[in-house]
Amino acid sequence: MEPLQIYERLKERFGERVLETVEKKPDPFAVVDPGALVEICRYLCDGPELAMDCLSNETGVDYKDHIEVVYHLFSYRHRHGAVLKVKLPRENPQVATVEGVWKSANWMEREIFDLVGVNFEGHSDLRRILMPEDWPGHPLRKDFVEPQEYHGIATVRESPIVRLDRQKKK
Amino acid sequence: MPLLNSLPDYVLTTKTDELINWMRKSSIWYMLFGLACCAIELMHTGGPRADIERFGVTPRASARQSDLMIIAGTLTLKMALRTRLLYDQMPDPKYVISMGSCSNCGGLFQLAYSVCDGVDKVLPVDVYVPGCPPRPEALTEGLLKLQEKIMTERWLAKAPRAKEQAA
Repeated sequence: MEPLQIYERLKERFGERVLETVEKKPDPFAVVDPGALVEICRYLCDGPELAMDCLSNETGVDYKDHIEVVYHLFSYRHRHGAVLKVKLPRENPQVATVEGVWKSANWMEREIFDLVGVNFEGHSDLRRILMPEDWPGHPLRKDFVEPQEYHGIATVRESPIVRLDRQKKK
Repeated sequence: MPLLNSLPDYVLTTKTDELINWMRKSSIWYMLFGLACCAIELMHTGGPRADIERFGVTPRASARQSDLMIIAGTLTLKMALRTRLLYDQMPDPKYVISMGSCSNCGGLFQLAYSVCDGVDKVLPVDVYVPGCPPRPEALTEGLLKLQEKIMTERWLAKAPRAKEQAA
């Protein structure tokens, strides 16, 4: 089944809660209501005709005015895929976890929480996965400011040219 | 009668310091510790072609038994704290070789938010080996430089007195 046919089915079943579908190549996507996300995912995963049994990628994007979480789904049985997106407000982005539908979402949601700062409600173990536990902020946010030092280690290194210039002046 | 040339052929004479240093430089045990792609070259250096075991250099899996730490790869800030902890666990006298651009100065990744720009910000470094990554020959040369450094150290000989130094 083609992605657009899948989105038509979603529209038939969920109506207004599928906010828009975009036919952009190569990956047409559907933007859905964050409140209905888990229900939609459950429908996509469990039905015999769609059977999206694999969450191949889940990622977060900061678009400056809002934050998006993107779900790339795939069905091994039917060899078709689909892309879902949810748009979240930049202040306190929150969405329900899909860990109950695809267990592989666990680490990917931890990564999104770590780097973009999305809060996944109901996640079983929402901790940082890449950055240190005591790291300030979420580094893939557009307004992230790099700290000057970390535990006494300076994060910037002076250019050797600048240092040579200073030595010459002496 | 002088001692020299009066002994049979099978007796050798040397200075105690040089004997100690000769033994130390011939059994540098390095810590089994790789951070990124440089670790692959580090493995090659231990393999049959470069074969650094002919210098008595062999990997140890514990910091408590190592003399040398080879920082092989990109050091992230998260790992920098753990590297310092490992360095503190090594018994004295201990040495550090910084292998490759990343551990020398941050290399390709020095502008990244998560990378420590150079291992010399957390540890004292004895030998820097340039390269991205350095070939096994380069690391071997770094090791020979370290052996030279070890041979210059003094353990028993007294430092010359201030008066003699002035003269």
